[in-house]
Amino acid sequence: MPVTIEVPKEKWSGKVREVTLGATAAEGGTRSRTVTVGGEGTLAGLSFDGELPHSPALAIEVREKKPEDWSPLLYQAWGEAMQDPADWARAAEEGGADLIQLVLSATNEAGQANTPDNARAVLRKVLKATGLPLMVIGPGQAELDNELLVAVAEEGKGERLVLGVCEDKNYRTIVATAMANNHLVQSKTPMDVNLAKQLVILIHDMGMPLERIVMDPTTGALGYGIEYGYSVMERLRLAALQGDGMTQQPMVVTPGEEAWKAKEAKVGEGVPKAWGEWKTRALNWEALTAASLILAGADIAVVRHPETLRRVKTLVEALATK
Amino acid sequence: MPLSGLEIYKLLPQTNCKECGFPTCLAFAMKLAAKQAEVKQCPYVTEEAKTKLEAAAAPPIRLVAVGGAGSKIEVGNEIVLFRHEKTFYHRPGLFIRVRDSQGLEAIQTLVREADAYRVDYVGIPLGVDGFAVEACSGDASAFGAAVGAVCGLSKKPLILMSRDPQVMAAGVKAASGATPLLHGATGENWQGMVDLAKASKLPLTVEAPTLEGLAELTQNVSKAGVEDIVLAPAVKGYRDSLIELTKVRRLALKKMFRPLGYPVITFPGVAANGKVDEAILAAEHIAKYGSLVVLDRFDPPSLYPLLVLRQNIYTDPQKPIQVQPGLYEINRPKGDSPVLVTTNFSITYFAVSNEVEGSGWPGWLVVADAEGMSVLTAWAAGKFDADRIAKAMKTTGVQDKVLHHKLIIPGHVAVLSGELEEALPGWEIMVGPREAVDIPGYLKAMWK
Repeated sequence: MPVTIEVPKEKWSGKVREVTLGATAAEGGTRSRTVTVGGEGTLAGLSFDGELPHSPALAIEVREKKPEDWSPLLYQAWGEAMQDPADWARAAEEGGADLIQLVLSATNEAGQANTPDNARAVLRKVLKATGLPLMVIGPGQAELDNELLVAVAEEGKGERLVLGVCEDKNYRTIVATAMANNHLVQSKTPMDVNLAKQLVILIHDMGMPLERIVMDPTTGALGYGIEYGYSVMERLRLAALQGDGMTQQPMVVTPGEEAWKAKEAKVGEGVPKAWGEWKTRALNWEALTAASLILAGADIAVVRHPETLRRVKTLVEALATK
Repeated sequence: MPLSGLEIYKLLPQTNCKECGFPTCLAFAMKLAAKQAEVKQCPYVTEEAKTKLEAAAAPPIRLVAVGGAGSKIEVGNEIVLFRHEKTFYHRPGLFIRVRDSQGLEAIQTLVREADAYRVDYVGIPLGVDGFAVEACSGDASAFGAAVGAVCGLSKKPLILMSRDPQVMAAGVKAASGATPLLHGATGENWQGMVDLAKASKLPLTVEAPTLEGLAELTQNVSKAGVEDIVLAPAVKGYRDSLIELTKVRRLALKKMFRPLGYPVITFPGVAANGKVDEAILAAEHIAKYGSLVVLDRFDPPSLYPLLVLRQNIYTDPQKPIQVQPGLYEINRPKGDSPVLVTTNFSITYFAVSNEVEGSGWPGWLVVADAEGMSVLTAWAAGKFDADRIAKAMKTTGVQDKVLHHKLIIPGHVAVLSGELEEALPGWEIMVGPREAVDIPGYLKAMWK
């Protein structure tokens, strides 16, 4: 007996804001192309309910200074390129990244605090090495973040960099300098729908247009609380589609940083045999963390390993197919 | 969807005869709606009404059991689309595919290894749920021998894969004592498969290229007497899987569309090639609406992350997994051993205790009652502040067990140092690393 099926469709009233990162020469910057994320009128991949104008963007995390405590697998992957952020960014672009997340260092080679002049020089160097839009993140100490990011914002005026991270205790200086120099900002809040929304409101209240804010809801890694971040993201995205204006920012997540903290990814020795061969396990840890967050609605995923970039790209490209 | 009292009332005789034990039909209807009475208490209810009432009481997605000689797994009976709406109840089964063309020796090696596989995640032992034996040879006796070899080594749940009812019959025979899921019925073979499933009371999958085709087949199969059905939609990639499985779940939950109100089986390795990656597609099926996932290979470094993902996604979001607050002794600590404090969120606790244990250092771990939240979340919510930490220090009596006055706090709450020194007079507050993984290095460098 033939059956006809009418699939229930969601008629969402809201959609995610479109945010464009980077500026080409014509737009006042020097990027070879820009990257637009957001704009979804439906949940990840569900194109039968609404529009998916842009596929999620994948960024590679590049450190100003070669980190001392990363997994040996990451040193193997990037090799000599890690000695210089410009080489590293270039390698990431060749590896297929859409964006570069440049993380500034707290100290210089001699162990002294990083300086605004140095931050300017690093930015110039990386801007020259890659044509991709940049997200520039401070070392994570409020005063130093402000000092370095103001310098970066001035140096890169007009580039539409993403500056971060803005947290509820430290956002004013970063937002002000981003507004003055035509950049974007990234907010970050600890795994909570209302805190995420609240910080977007505070940033917007300073006069920052919503088209220049991306939000990091904080996620956790596979095995280390990912279910909290996953559900917070699903709730934020559903709220956005239901028309709650202050939840409609594109979401940026950092599965690379999260996953490579986990022992399962980081180390190959002194772990249970049942965990299996190290490299495959580590790469799966990062890829599965990233894939889960993309299914929960991530618009920008920052990863660390080039192989993860390649694998997760197959997912984001497939989901975005019209 | 359950009917309301009034909807049930309309199906009753409405004579208020009281024979059911209630004063009126309406009162009886209300009791039925609250599941405090049974339809059979009414002697006059029509067969039609009875069928309707029973159907309405059935869950929107049928619970189906797949069994081996020693254990079974139940899948289906989910009631939400998003885990935060309530929870996901029945963890999808992860099965390993075995091909009868592999040769008995290779099959035995694989099954022995995969059956014994155990991995520990926050104190929970995880492993493979069962085996899916496929008749690649097309030969009944080869298939029977392969199924027999698997059953000889594993009592875990089984899935038998063949489209030929005669070949399948040989597998069923070899799996006596188990209740394998038969995969599967198609538009061509379903009558033969139904006969086989019915005769041995086994669950059956249905395969069709479209959702309409699936719905048509489940109706045929169910009319012919097999109720334990599993859907096998023809999906291959990330996008079509997500869309088709979402549609099935939505139709079942939002429309109570019975012909698709069944669990779903997937084969993420089928399309594994440059474009699709089995581990990532299996992860998608775990997050988005798969009930049984058949993996092409037994590969611990892929399996372990998938088992963990399944555990995470199927955790009840309303109940964070907690450990008992208190004092935990690691590696037989003494009076001069370090004292560390963390929260009672199980994952936080396990991360910290594993690291201290692995470091070889004896240590005292004070677990504060942070209502089951991780360090950052608890701190943000005011559940892991100086007062709570000081209280934990006092109630655990750790002060009487150590000769020093040094407390190591998580790096993420460095900001609490000042308040803690006030709350714990005489104690030196040391700021530990932000991540548990850095604890061994920290102890080595900082503890004397």
